[in-house]
Amino acid sequence: MNLLTSAIGQGLLWSLLGLGLYLSFRILNITDMTVEGSFPLGGAVAVTLITNGVNPLLASLAAFSAGLLAGFITGILTTKGKIPSLLAGILTMTAIYSVNLRIMGKSNISLLGYRTLFSANFLRKLPDYFDSVVVGLIAVFLITVCLIFFLNTEFGQAFIATGDNPTMAKSFGILTDRMTILGLMLSNGLVALCGSLISQNNGYADISMGTGTIVIALASIIIGEVAFGELTLSQRLVAVSLGSIIYRILLLGVLQLGLSTNDLNLISSIVLTICMLLPRLNELVHLREPLFRSLKND
Amino acid sequence: MTEPIFALKDIKTLVNRNTPNESMILKGINLDIQAGDFITIIGTNGAGKSTLFNVISGSLLPDSGTIYYKGKNITNLTAEKRSRFLSRVFQDPKLGTAPRMTVSENLLLAARRGERRRLIPRGLKLHREEFAALAATMHNGLEKRLDTFTENLSGGQRQALSFLMATIKRPDILLLDEHTAALDPNTSAHLMAATNNRITQDHLTALMITHHLEDALRYGNRLLVLDNGKIIHDFKGAAKTDLTLSDLRKLI
Repeated sequence: MNLLTSAIGQGLLWSLLGLGLYLSFRILNITDMTVEGSFPLGGAVAVTLITNGVNPLLASLAAFSAGLLAGFITGILTTKGKIPSLLAGILTMTAIYSVNLRIMGKSNISLLGYRTLFSANFLRKLPDYFDSVVVGLIAVFLITVCLIFFLNTEFGQAFIATGDNPTMAKSFGILTDRMTILGLMLSNGLVALCGSLISQNNGYADISMGTGTIVIALASIIIGEVAFGELTLSQRLVAVSLGSIIYRILLLGVLQLGLSTNDLNLISSIVLTICMLLPRLNELVHLREPLFRSLKND
Repeated sequence: MTEPIFALKDIKTLVNRNTPNESMILKGINLDIQAGDFITIIGTNGAGKSTLFNVISGSLLPDSGTIYYKGKNITNLTAEKRSRFLSRVFQDPKLGTAPRMTVSENLLLAARRGERRRLIPRGLKLHREEFAALAATMHNGLEKRLDTFTENLSGGQRQALSFLMATIKRPDILLLDEHTAALDPNTSAHLMAATNNRITQDHLTALMITHHLEDALRYGNRLLVLDNGKIIHDFKGAAKTDLTLSDLRKLI
């Protein structure tokens, strides 16, 4: 039971990552590698600030702002600089690695003995692992509501159109470059916020905590899509969080089978690969149906 | 003669600039468009018809020459800013609409063409009846599919939607780039008739590129023949009315 609670809590906290990437990957149609840098950036900024005596909530907001800046850089590179978005993301991600080392001063900082978002009094009275469920629920709820509101404004609709059909968006006077930059900023802001929450929950920030984040984010998006099918945009955002929880439970199951946490990146990749292959496998299976039928008839 | 609503003065465009392959596409285009003109444009492939539209809409800046809108020099105005007074229907039905947005969402986006997109609720429900009535004017069942993603529409419905989107907010200049060419003959004739109705009823100023010589003759009050980057014929009013299909065939 404790393990399941923990998995749900982790799923909720990590779903901010999926929501962030949803904005770039599904709405803007950009595979943004920046997240591999902005996730540890959020952790580095929050943890460094907290160990310097800053309020954890302010530190988390600062992490969000740092993510906005990272997204801004990738956005400028890809829109004004015309660098392909994948490459622009890789450039920013690589640069952020050094920035993170500068911020932290060393490769790992512990939060032992410092107050974090998880050390509020009412959270400590809860049973084990419920603190992450509560913090996760609050964060996911607030952010999902804000995103749904945003996407249904005139501005948000113009943002969606930019990703859907940039030629058409431009011809209706939508400033597509500005929309792309803002989308990447918001996306990386959420990813950095997620990094700051995960760091606070883990009790440390580590320079290598970004490795594999894009795969984890994609896994929650795609598991959500595979599990829930055709949905409206607002429902899709909720499905991302549910996908993230399902993903954590899957991991839990795999770890119970005896694999170690060192295998996590391998497992993540395999889970995502299977999910991405499902539509294709489905096609192949359908193709084979007539084949089997004809065999039976013979 | 009154001041033209839109004018091109000696427009030239180059491709592969500063390379051995440099060549001129538009070779000095002069065109005065009067308010209310419905101009059809014909010409062979490579004559520069699409380039001309790109220059008018601002998606391509000319290498020399000047563009005037209501007497103001707008040569360097961006395509996004020109969308305040100009709209365009593309040949490819896929280019004109956002595929993963519904018909009514697309119309709502188009209704605010060229305006600031505000951070306030979009108010889709307020416009539903208006959109249904508008869609019904196309007589192809579009009004029953307001909540359908446009990627699931037929080509004809999608192109009819593109046309509605271009005209839902009255444009001062409407560009139609072979907008019926990708459709079957019936659907194409249907959309062409609806297009003509809308243009004449609302007194829109429109330019239409077409490969249908019959359409070029039947519709509009002025006909341009483009060849090799120049306007080689310009038939206005009576001169256009007197034109026959065989005359036209000899010209291109």
